[in-house]
Amino acid sequence: MRPEPLLSIRNLRTRFKTYEGMVTAVDRLSLDVHRGETLGVVGESGCGKSVTALSILRLLPSPPAEIQGEILFEGTNILDLTPDRIRQIRGNAISIIFQEPLTSLNPVLTIGEQISEAIRLHQGVTRQEAWKRAVEMLELVQIPSPDARAHEYPHQLSGGMRQRAMIAMALSCRPQLLLADEPTTALDVTIQAQIIDLMVRLKEEFRTSIVLITHNLGLIAGMARRVVVMYLGKMVEEAPVKDLFREPLHPYTQGLLESIPWIGQKLKTGKRLLREIPGIVPNPLEMPEGCRFHPRCPRVMEVCRKEEPPLKELNGGRKVLCWLWN
Amino acid sequence: MLSCSRLVAPKIDWNMLRYVIKRLISTLPVLIGISFLLFFMLRMLPGDPAQVLAGQMATPEEVQNIRHQLGLDRPIFTQYALFLGRLVRFDLGRSARTQNPVIEEVWARLPNTILLAVAAIILACLFGIPAGILSAVRPYTWIDYLVTSMALFGISMPVFWLGLMLVVLFSVILQWLPAGGTGTWKHVILPSITLAAFVVAFIARMTRASMMEALAQDYTTTARSKGLKESVVVVKHALKNALIPIITVVGLQFGLLLGGAVLTETVFAWPGLGRLIVDSILARDYPVIQGAILIFGLLYILVNLMVDLVYAFVDPRIRYD
Amino acid sequence: MTEKKKSNELQSYWSGNRELRRRWAKLRRNKAALFGGVLILIYLFTALFGPILYPGNPSAPNLIRSLETPSRQHPLGTDELGRSILGRIVHGSRVSLLIAIGVVSLGLLLGVPLGLVSGYYGGKVDFGIQRITDTMLAFPGFLLALALVAVLGVGLKNTVISVGISMVPIYIRLVRGCVLSVREQVYVEAARALGTRDVAILMRHILPNVMVPITVQTSLGMGTAILFAAGLGFLGVGVQPPTPEWGAMLGSGRAYLFHAPHVATFPGIAIFLAVLGFNLSGDGLREALDPRFKL
Repeated sequence: MRPEPLLSIRNLRTRFKTYEGMVTAVDRLSLDVHRGETLGVVGESGCGKSVTALSILRLLPSPPAEIQGEILFEGTNILDLTPDRIRQIRGNAISIIFQEPLTSLNPVLTIGEQISEAIRLHQGVTRQEAWKRAVEMLELVQIPSPDARAHEYPHQLSGGMRQRAMIAMALSCRPQLLLADEPTTALDVTIQAQIIDLMVRLKEEFRTSIVLITHNLGLIAGMARRVVVMYLGKMVEEAPVKDLFREPLHPYTQGLLESIPWIGQKLKTGKRLLREIPGIVPNPLEMPEGCRFHPRCPRVMEVCRKEEPPLKELNGGRKVLCWLWN
Repeated sequence: MLSCSRLVAPKIDWNMLRYVIKRLISTLPVLIGISFLLFFMLRMLPGDPAQVLAGQMATPEEVQNIRHQLGLDRPIFTQYALFLGRLVRFDLGRSARTQNPVIEEVWARLPNTILLAVAAIILACLFGIPAGILSAVRPYTWIDYLVTSMALFGISMPVFWLGLMLVVLFSVILQWLPAGGTGTWKHVILPSITLAAFVVAFIARMTRASMMEALAQDYTTTARSKGLKESVVVVKHALKNALIPIITVVGLQFGLLLGGAVLTETVFAWPGLGRLIVDSILARDYPVIQGAILIFGLLYILVNLMVDLVYAFVDPRIRYD
Repeated sequence: MTEKKKSNELQSYWSGNRELRRRWAKLRRNKAALFGGVLILIYLFTALFGPILYPGNPSAPNLIRSLETPSRQHPLGTDELGRSILGRIVHGSRVSLLIAIGVVSLGLLLGVPLGLVSGYYGGKVDFGIQRITDTMLAFPGFLLALALVAVLGVGLKNTVISVGISMVPIYIRLVRGCVLSVREQVYVEAARALGTRDVAILMRHILPNVMVPITVQTSLGMGTAILFAAGLGFLGVGVQPPTPEWGAMLGSGRAYLFHAPHVATFPGIAIFLAVLGFNLSGDGLREALDPRFKL
């Protein structure tokens, strides 16, 4: 038996009220994150992966957002908490890193202030002590001359430095869960590798669980053990990383994997070229009936157009949402 | 290292100094533009500028005298150079009405206008900024609708009409406050409310817009994700960013306020610069018009300069660019 | 970043008719803008058909009936010369509309071409135009109009010219800013690379993009023009009596504030409602047309 998960999402549904009607960004999503685990969440832009992360911390403004379902963190439903209680969790037990460090850091406050304010808030230490710990965190994320950097403003730092500072901020209260929403997408490739190394190292050191949200399958392959694939707000496949890459079950996952280049792959198979998934992501207001992927699916069947497939659980902890497997 | 030197001696902020100097230099073209404007203003008038400057009552000798004195019989470039020379010494001649030096006339009225303008701007910030924040924090609620419609009424209302209505209410019906003139603090209340009404509306609108924008930024989400209280998120994280456009508007409004002062001062018989301009226009007293316009221009430049300095203080990105 | 770019692509994919319909729907849903539109319609109707609604000479004095409070015969009372205030307001709407249209036309006629040229060509032309604009903007708009009146003299024509010129720098700034942002767009660069003539580029690619802010500014400008002209009239340096002009009516009513406050009250309400109409619809147009406002 597996131990009780740290985070357990059950039937999460996040919708937005717009002028033209309700838009469902996340639809009946269920997933578990275990202690010390890195869970990858992949999908194209607009598939609801970022909204999921924001829903977990209840960071979506309501209205227009409406969240239903259960988000159990250590057994308590986050969605039932009072605003005061959820604030005690934010930045403390669960923290989050965003894609674009430049816009995510406040341009008119120093780096040190932005890190130490969370420390002061959650650990109840003095201003000086919090500042000292903030500098220590900057050192931990390998920012050179952290003492001086703490006094600087975000625009004075390079992109990579900013993301390091974001990580320092997110980890400053030693959270149990880190939500990383496209943490390397806005960075140069060489910097990306450094940030990934840093996250892997700190995850071990702090024993933090990570939900890694990205459209970059390479990043998932390097960091996660389990992957959830999302399409238009739905989880279409869940599998251990190795199995997913070896044998993707859902036609969408297969499409995703075929659309990225792998070093040496073309030589090995000799015939496979890069392929793209045909069609575009539909308008969220006009969701296709039946299986949401059917208009773009190369293996579409009659049933796919009419009825939504159920989530099928297979051996080896795999799940897939597709009529092919039913 | 850095923190040590901070303790030892108050370091001169060279970035800031460079910025101030750069900004000062950039006002030069506008100053030159204003001098052109004043110089050509009289020459655009039909008739003889010397006659205009001397006033309608002047004798031919007096006119001849002024013509020679101002070098109006010399080439236009020399004339401009002479004019510029007098301008930097604030020598704008004498009033055609009172025969006093223009600069004295203008100088005597300036404090009254500044008093009114400053009182109005303080009043406007005091009400406009909190109102704007309130409606940005609770958008599309009754309080937001109240603030936005009041603001719209404020910018649509003729200043002078509002002033008259306030007089009707507070001076005629209630008899609480004087209808015009100067002297006590009671005299300042109605004119400054009148002048502020317009500005408060602008400030509230701008505060709302820039707060809404700041609240929608990623860094606001970051601040919330740290578990900060909403009041801290709003004031420390959003407002500090939103202040930058708000300061711009306050500065710009100060200019509009000077324009509004012309009308307000007329309504309340307030002896300020605005009233002086109107009286001078009606009396065709051109030297005084020139002088008052010059002072208004300089005031406006000064305010803009101050606004830019406050910017640099609020926004670290400006200081270091 | 990539996420944003994607969503832009999607947006342009759905754009076209649907986008226009959405924006039109949004404008219609905006009750405030609708109210503004109604106010403007009433104003236009009064200005166009006023003399039919309220025949007779609004300036003919009738001293026996001076400063009467509102009555059946004179619903808004009479002024110091015994003239019906309602009649003068109705006739005055035509004067203020004439001024507002004149002012905005002058502002557009001078400001738009100068702004286009300044933004599109840059360089010395831009520098020259910008220095003039800077200088003009160093003065509050109303003061600028007042200074021009000081030079040009009082009267209806000079009011239009003074207020109109004082608005030119606003249009120059607005248009120049838009042109600068549009000029760098790929499609404009492409057109230039293909050797399209400047005039054609300005007309076909840049002007349409500048139309939205100009439309908004025109609505707001009508309101400002009415306010400024009334202000000049109030000070006695605008339209001269006996022409029924709202600001001048207020100015003369000021003397009777203590005994007959209605004389100054009603023309002010007329100014307020007309300006409110243009401001409301300007705001509504901006919200509906400006793509920077989210739907």
